[in-house]
Amino acid sequence: MKIAVIKYNAGNIRSVAFALERLKVDFTITDHPEEIQQADKVIFPGVGEASTTMRYLKDHRLDDLIRSLKQPVLGICLGMQLMCKHSEENDTPCLGIFDETVRLFVPHHHEKVPHMGWNSLTTINDWLPSDLKDQFVYFVHSFYVPLSAHTSAQTDYIQTFSSAMRKDNFYAVQFHPEKSGPVGEKVIQAFLRQ
Amino acid sequence: MLTKRIIPCLDIKDGRTVKGVNFLELRDAGDPVALGEMYAQQGADELVFLDISATNEKRKTFVKLVREIAAHVNIPFTVGGGISSIEDVAPLLEAGADKVSINSAAVSNPQLIDDLAKAFGSQFVVLAIDARKVNNQWTVHTHGGSRPTEKKLFTWAKEGQSRGAGEILFTSMDHDGTKSGFAVDPLEKLNQLLQIPVIASGGAGNMSHFLEAFVIGKADAALAATLFHFGEIKIPDLKSYLSNHYLPIRKTI
Repeated sequence: MKIAVIKYNAGNIRSVAFALERLKVDFTITDHPEEIQQADKVIFPGVGEASTTMRYLKDHRLDDLIRSLKQPVLGICLGMQLMCKHSEENDTPCLGIFDETVRLFVPHHHEKVPHMGWNSLTTINDWLPSDLKDQFVYFVHSFYVPLSAHTSAQTDYIQTFSSAMRKDNFYAVQFHPEKSGPVGEKVIQAFLRQ
Repeated sequence: MLTKRIIPCLDIKDGRTVKGVNFLELRDAGDPVALGEMYAQQGADELVFLDISATNEKRKTFVKLVREIAAHVNIPFTVGGGISSIEDVAPLLEAGADKVSINSAAVSNPQLIDDLAKAFGSQFVVLAIDARKVNNQWTVHTHGGSRPTEKKLFTWAKEGQSRGAGEILFTSMDHDGTKSGFAVDPLEKLNQLLQIPVIASGGAGNMSHFLEAFVIGKADAALAATLFHFGEIKIPDLKSYLSNHYLPIRKTI
């Protein structure tokens, strides 16, 4: 199985690579269109800011490429947000794979933003194994994707939001499976089975 | 529910883990990578690796060690010690660090916080503040706590937040190494003042001290070193204790 990890101007790509190494999975980190298109699975990771990363993707024509992929694609954290239609982070038009708008957390009481740390997956469906319900995963984000028909896991912080999604061959998680211990490894393995 | 985080801190000197009482006497407690892996398995929520000799001796944190840690540890970790520029940070990020902590360099050049937050994102920047009470004022100290500064804890923490720090790691020099409990009063004040998470550090001696830091100090995370390294408190025991006291705590599989 060939796995391509998309290389772009976002952080955390190295951590995803290490997680795949720990799972003894072969992968390449690449921004080469053919290598990405020919991979069996594609991982679209990322930590960073929406507008600068979207500009980079456009400049390198990775935006159309990602949208056109037919094999299973996993967006992680910023990767998931960039797969949405629009982000409130610097009012950025995104890839539009999911119809949702990415919104800024607005605290109701004295909740801190970013949502940083370990939180649980309160509901699980679709592609994620059901034994991951109520398990804890690691989050770091100030923007969130609201619940929708594409939600495959939910988490509560300030309000309930989508911690995992899927539409057709596009899978996405808001948390960092590469940093979520054995639970995160199960999530990556669940994606690799798709 | 977002859980309270337990963070073992591994102070590194010459590639080995050390922890001093009040930062002066150093005791050896093993190999940082093996220790980090063990803590991750035991249920530590994050790890911090501080190259404590780096600032004093003008050395840079070992990128090689960071890469080793990132390859073996499957939970988030912060690295710090001797970071004074974007050029210092880029190789650490590339090596797999999730966050960097900055301390002395940020005090002498506060713009560093803005620059790092802009280049890598706020979530990547932990502002570590060492402070002790001088004339009844919490006064910021640098260079491993050896140099007093003009800065005061609360105004400096607030400035750090507005410049783009993603977290504050507050160490009370008065409590560090004493095992008499965290500095809960300034912690509570910090947590009222700030919108970003606060990590309590310095003074943990028993499990009830962690409970106080979370319940009274309202800390988001608590950090300790010696207690964990010498097995005086086991992380699974600490987490069940806190959970039994109705705190939101991550259970591990």
